[in-house]
Amino acid sequence: MVESRRWGSLFSHLILILGVAIVVFPIYVAIIASTHPPGTFLRGVMPLLPGPNAIENYRTALTEGRSQAGAPPISLMLTNSLIMALAITIGKLSISILSAFAIVYFRFPFRIFFFWIIFLTLMLPVEVRIVPTFQVVADLGMLNSFAGLSIPLIASATATFLFRQFFMTIPEEMMEAARVDGAGPMKFFKDILLPLSVTNIAALFVIMFIYGWNQYLWPLLITTDPDYYTIVMGIQRMVTGGDSEPLWHLVMATVVLAALPPVLVILFMQRLFVKGLTETEK
Amino acid sequence: MQTKRSTFQNSWLPYALLAPQVIITLIFFIWPASQALYQSVLRQDAFGLRTTFVGFENFKRLFADPLYLSSMQVTLVFAVGTTLLSMGLALLFAVKVNDMLRSRNAYSTMLVWPYAVAPAIAGVLWWFIFNPSIGILPYILDMVGYDWNHRSSSTDAMILVIVAAAWKQISYNFIFFLAGLQSVPHSLIEAAAIDGASRTKRFWTIVFPLLSPITFFLMVVNIVYAMFDTFGIIHATTEGGPAQATNILVYKVYRDGFVGLNLGSSAAQSVILMGIVIVLTVIQFRYIERRVNY
Repeated sequence: MVESRRWGSLFSHLILILGVAIVVFPIYVAIIASTHPPGTFLRGVMPLLPGPNAIENYRTALTEGRSQAGAPPISLMLTNSLIMALAITIGKLSISILSAFAIVYFRFPFRIFFFWIIFLTLMLPVEVRIVPTFQVVADLGMLNSFAGLSIPLIASATATFLFRQFFMTIPEEMMEAARVDGAGPMKFFKDILLPLSVTNIAALFVIMFIYGWNQYLWPLLITTDPDYYTIVMGIQRMVTGGDSEPLWHLVMATVVLAALPPVLVILFMQRLFVKGLTETEK
Repeated sequence: MQTKRSTFQNSWLPYALLAPQVIITLIFFIWPASQALYQSVLRQDAFGLRTTFVGFENFKRLFADPLYLSSMQVTLVFAVGTTLLSMGLALLFAVKVNDMLRSRNAYSTMLVWPYAVAPAIAGVLWWFIFNPSIGILPYILDMVGYDWNHRSSSTDAMILVIVAAAWKQISYNFIFFLAGLQSVPHSLIEAAAIDGASRTKRFWTIVFPLLSPITFFLMVVNIVYAMFDTFGIIHATTEGGPAQATNILVYKVYRDGFVGLNLGSSAAQSVILMGIVIVLTVIQFRYIERRVNY
């Protein structure tokens, strides 16, 4: 601090409190709405103070959902989301650390060519090639399966780049020493590279988990069987299912449950999260 | 591209290590992308029985189609609005948080978590807040005499999706601005203060120019986000309406391909979007290279 400013700093606090309020408000409203009985939403303005129905609403959401409208209970969707997010995360991490290892520690024909193939995935998000990707997955018989939900999303250029970048900073001597001691490439990878990469793996895990959990368009396309609905896409079915107004108390309970796991991950692993975010994007 | 100075010798192992990544990329990225290219020059008849080669006809039709042109315009307004709103607020918060000593971490934690909220959920949250019959904001707006209705008013619908998209992105921009602010050398600011520059002047003549690489980077990232990652917001709330007012390009590809089953046109739109992503990615990477070099 260069000069002391009593009133200025008060003003700064005021702006920040307002900012936090803007950021927190939508979730606050959702939590409040999820504690009210359905009747509250029929007239007047939405409530801003907690209501009496919290336990009942969450129980209904978790065990029944909107079964009449063909949506599965939330507990099933949460499980599906967890499986999909973990499969995507672990898949991405393992295939990209292996390919980064190959690219940095070996010299072989077509190395640059493979690097460019991986790089291309950066330029082709699912959103821009929706129809043909769907056709490929349909032809492979992977609709309505966890394999179809996760495998097409696990190629990752960013993770490969990050691992490559990190491997380049590891001193040459490490590998030379390992070779002198007679360690082969896989032993070097397992006993030296993996332990050194733990922080990077953890940071990427946080980012990838959030990415996987929040997938929307892909599950929407390839799941027609409610048994495979994930929670983030399931919310849309709850909002638009039927002509009537959405059942706000259940929708908001679902919203809270859907947002909770990734938010908890960020809150508990904030340092890793910021590291993962700022390093993958550089 | 570099490797290590000394490398392992093995004729098959590197290929085996690369295989999973490369196979997935080929099957789920390269192949569909080339299919999109291929289908963009074809047209199917109404029953999907006959396919004919039509050259650039699909593209010509797109650029003559007022619906597509209006979708481009909608995307532009949406992307610029989202980027300005979320970057502006994020910069303001980051500057203020950076001034704090004891409360810095507490404020940061409160500001970063919306990153974890899926775009679709962000959309539903704001949709609820803006709900014309029970939402709190229309209630307040009504008191000042504004009749909010995003189901009939195009402007209202656009504001709704921009607010939802920007809200979710504030935390991302905040993290990068804060990291940038923390790397501004203190000595520069102190020197300017000794020379009598006011806080405002110090910010605009020293801090902001030093932040310009990060600002540029964030602009590209935010435009990519608004163009491609906000599908969920549109799909879960306005569904492109009212009257196409929020029908962004990505949503239109989906609608034309899956609902309208117009494969040729949808593929041509995919190809145009790929072109846009490639340009944006190249800009982003050129910027990274430049920054590494100085």
